[in-house]
Amino acid sequence: MLRFSKDHEWVRRDGDIAVVGITDYAQGQLGDVVYVELPEIGKKVEKGKEAAVVESVKAASEVYAPVSGEVVAVNEALAGEPAKVNADPMGEGWFLKIRMSNPGELEELMDEAAYKDYVAGLS
Amino acid sequence: MEESLARTPLHALHLAQGAKMVPFAGYEMPVQYPPGIMAEHFHTRAKAGLFDVSHMGQVRIPSAAAAAFEKLVPGDIVGLGPMRQRYTLLLDETGGILDDLMVTNAGDHLFVVVNAARKHADIAHLQKTLDAELLEDRALLALQGPAAAAVMGRLAPELLSLRFMGAGQCRLAGIPCFATRSGYTGEDGFEISVPADAAEKVATLLLDQPEVMPIGLGARDSLRLEAGLCLYGHDIDETTTPIEADLGWTIAKRRREEASFPGAEIILRQLAEGPPRRRVGIQPEGRAPAREGAEILSGGKKIGSITSGGYGPTVGTPIAMGYVATAAARAGAALELMVRGTPRPARVAPLPFVPHRYYRG
Repeated sequence: MLRFSKDHEWVRRDGDIAVVGITDYAQGQLGDVVYVELPEIGKKVEKGKEAAVVESVKAASEVYAPVSGEVVAVNEALAGEPAKVNADPMGEGWFLKIRMSNPGELEELMDEAAYKDYVAGLS
Repeated sequence: MEESLARTPLHALHLAQGAKMVPFAGYEMPVQYPPGIMAEHFHTRAKAGLFDVSHMGQVRIPSAAAAAFEKLVPGDIVGLGPMRQRYTLLLDETGGILDDLMVTNAGDHLFVVVNAARKHADIAHLQKTLDAELLEDRALLALQGPAAAAVMGRLAPELLSLRFMGAGQCRLAGIPCFATRSGYTGEDGFEISVPADAAEKVATLLLDQPEVMPIGLGARDSLRLEAGLCLYGHDIDETTTPIEADLGWTIAKRRREEASFPGAEIILRQLAEGPPRRRVGIQPEGRAPAREGAEILSGGKKIGSITSGGYGPTVGTPIAMGYVATAAARAGAALELMVRGTPRPARVAPLPFVPHRYYRG
C-alpha cells in the first residue's frame, strides 16, 4: 500500500513498518540533492514533525514523518550518493523506515490518484 | 508571481527556455532552466553560459564628474585608463560598504554597473554630488566560460583583443554593443551592454552557438561562491569595511596616501592595526552544507557567522564564506559550524575555492 502526504513524502507499508521517501515531484522541485541528513536509529518521530533534512545546491528543506513511530532503519547509501534521491526517489532513494505506533494514521494520507490530483493543482 | 515584480527585456525568452522564475531584487528572474543548477554550473566551467543580468543597474557618469565620483570610492578612478575597468566600492563615512560596483572609463563617460537591489539608493547617493544617470533602456548579458572567447571570435572578433577588465565596442547581430572582459564566475568571459529593444535578438544569437546554454541565478551563485566573490547584502554591506571584507586591494596607493575616501580614518587604522574580524573561505569537513547565518565557533565560543554557504559543484563538497575573529582568520585554522544545533568541524580555506581563469593576454 502506497500513501502520500501533502508535504510530498511517500510511505510504503510493509506490515507494521513504513518505508518513507520523497516523491518525484519533490525531488524535481528541490533540484540536485547534495546532502541528506537522516535520524538516528531508535529515534521516535511524530507525524508531521521533522524526521530528516534534504539539501540541494541552493537550500535545505525538512522532510516530515508522514506517520508516527520509531526509526528502525535509514538509507545509509544516501550519505555517499545523495543523488539517488533525484535518480530514483521511490526506490533506491528511500530515506527511512518507521515502525508505526499507529498504523491508522495511514488512512489520513492520500492514495496515488488523490496525490496526482493534488500535485496537478499546485502548478 | 507578484504583480509588482519588474521584468527584464529577456523575460519572454526565459519562459520559452523553460526557466523556473523567482523573485529577486524586485525582478522576476530565472533561477534555473530545465537542466538544473548543477548541470548549468558544470556547463559554465566547461564551455560557456549566458546569464541575463539586466536587473543590475547601468549608470552613466560624464567624465567631467570622474573626480567627484572618485571621492565616494577608494579606487583610483581619475587614473583609470581609457577602456579599462575596475572593481570598486561605494563607501559611507564609517567605512561601511554601500555597494560594490564595476566602473569602466568609456572615453567621454564612466560606465558603472551596480547591484540591482542597490541601484536606486546608489543613484540618489551619487546625485547628491555629481551628475549620474541610470540607463533604463539597456539590458546586460554575461557570457562566461572557457569557450566564451571562441564564441566571440566567431561573432565579434573585435573583442578578442580585450584583456581581463578591458572594454570595447562591438556589433552582435548587427546591434552596436558595449562589452567588457569580466564577469562573476571566475572564468574568462564578457559582459555585454545592449539596447533593451535588441536584447532578445542578441541573446538568441548567443544561445544559438553550440557552446552556449542559458544559466540561471542558482548557478550564478554557486559559481561566484567557488570563485570567492562577494555577494552584496550577504558577504558585504554597510556594517562591513573593505579591510574586514578582505577587499583592501581595492584601495589604490594614491588614495591611501591621500586618505581621501569616505571612512578613511577607520579603514586606514584597520589596515595598519588589523581589523577585529575578517572575511575568509570556509571548508566544512563533512558533507553537510552550512548556510548563511550559521554560527562559527572556535573552542566552543562564537567568533562569527557564515555569510554565504552552500555546495560547490566543481569543488565537489560544501563550501562557505564568513567572518571570523582575526585571530582565527589564518588558512587551516580549525572551526566549528553550528548546523541545526550540532557543531560540525570545518577549516579556514584559502580563496578562491576554484582558481580564476581570467584572460590576462
